[in-house]
Amino acid sequence: MKPFEYSKAENTTSAIKLAGNSSMYISGGTNLIDLMKKHIHEPDKLIDLTDAVSSEITVQENGIRIGAMVRNSTLAEDSLILDKFPLLSRAILKGASPQIRNMASTGGNLLQRTRCPYFYDTALPCNKRIPGSGCGALEGNNRMSAVIGYSNSCVAVHPSDMCVALVALDTKVEILKPDGNTEMINFEDFHRLPGDNPQKDNNLPDGAIITAIEIQNNSFNKNYDYLKLRERESYAFALISVAAALELSGNLIREARLASGGVAHKPWRWKDAENFLKGENATEENFKKAAELAIEKIAPLEDNKFKTEMLKGAIQQSFMNCVTNR
Amino acid sequence: MKTEASNTYSRRFFIKSSSAFTTLAFIPNSVKSFFYQVKEKFFVKKQKIPLSVSINNKEYRLDVDTRTTLLDLLRENIGLTGTKKGCDHGQCGACTVHIDGERRLSCLTLTAMIPGKEITTIEGLAKDGKLHPMQEAFIENDGFQCGYCTPGQIMSAVACVQEGHTGSTEEIKEFMSGNLCRCAAYNGITRAIQKVAP
Repeated sequence: MKPFEYSKAENTTSAIKLAGNSSMYISGGTNLIDLMKKHIHEPDKLIDLTDAVSSEITVQENGIRIGAMVRNSTLAEDSLILDKFPLLSRAILKGASPQIRNMASTGGNLLQRTRCPYFYDTALPCNKRIPGSGCGALEGNNRMSAVIGYSNSCVAVHPSDMCVALVALDTKVEILKPDGNTEMINFEDFHRLPGDNPQKDNNLPDGAIITAIEIQNNSFNKNYDYLKLRERESYAFALISVAAALELSGNLIREARLASGGVAHKPWRWKDAENFLKGENATEENFKKAAELAIEKIAPLEDNKFKTEMLKGAIQQSFMNCVTNR
Repeated sequence: MKTEASNTYSRRFFIKSSSAFTTLAFIPNSVKSFFYQVKEKFFVKKQKIPLSVSINNKEYRLDVDTRTTLLDLLRENIGLTGTKKGCDHGQCGACTVHIDGERRLSCLTLTAMIPGKEITTIEGLAKDGKLHPMQEAFIENDGFQCGYCTPGQIMSAVACVQEGHTGSTEEIKEFMSGNLCRCAAYNGITRAIQKVAP
């Protein structure tokens, strides 16, 4: 690890003041420390946010506000979350291990880097790590890579499970910018597609801090499912994952939400499938059509062609779980 | 504690090594990286901070490099080698300790971030010369073979019981999935936890 200066910020204002050109913020550290050990990130200064950012979950008039320092395990087992947004809890518990969930923060989960092997191996080319060095995965080992929204520069996927549930639940991200202004960003617009500059994972301005996320009240707490398919049953990143939720009136679908992890550079919403299901009946036939609509636009790479059929089956199964499991 | 490294080396050493670095441009990369490592070791200013940490109910006052992980502090600075270094990248769970009663990975924890917190390691589980019930249960149920992952497994298992994630074999396996055992003593580990679970 490269030597660095460490300071603990008392509040977000002082954190922003402490920040400089080669500084980085740290909260849980479960991804950043690892990246520093591998010399992928080499900040001159670390600014500890653990005391500066809220770790509270609070009820608001139209939803719930989650401080960016709330630990993943706290969030997953919070009674308010289990009651209002159980899909979020389910997704968090499918990610990482209990030890890591005890450490990882809500804000940090949004900012974790891809687990693409080419990003982690400093001997290999990766445009995300060294812009202009090329994408090793595009023509190389791309079993874990994206099937939609990728570019010739980058085929990496966003690794989070929590974020897949958050994008499905129309979350908003509250950020504090270095100029002192606060801004709310729609979760869907927070992460970005790689395009020609895959070194940027998201639209968070330089030096800005995620202070909280807010989830609006909804009726997706009865019929929901999070299905994660991976190389082993636990403690592995997703090959693909599906967050599905339905708001039902009898058998009529009033609203549908469908999102996936392991398919793109950002947590992916399948809006065509959602729009199709809205106003239809909750039947196996319709779920099949929704799944077919979703996979219509995907373009798998050499090693991940299996993701097409896997995704189609997982979407169908996930919607079936929404209506049969409870 | 060691004095600042740069003070212990003479002017002559500095001049000699500077001229060595000048010739670097003509030397292949492998040799270069060796010289850079030497340079980092002796000439890059390391950041040391004074800390007071509480481990197994004992206070330690130390000057540590900001880069020191809790795992390295335990093993290298304090000499508590019960906590094991498996992968050092948060993938195996061998370095699991309790921080304020919660199980966490010491290899991904910066020592600089833990003052004021109570750390418990495998050495702190036994009380008054008597093993913790989980340690007894691991012995009785063959919860290990080579034993390298065992301290991490036991720390994780104690927390698993405290968290109440022992409702079924499946739940235990899911909530112990962060601790890998390449001898695959998983059945023994699960049995040991079931023995201790309420």
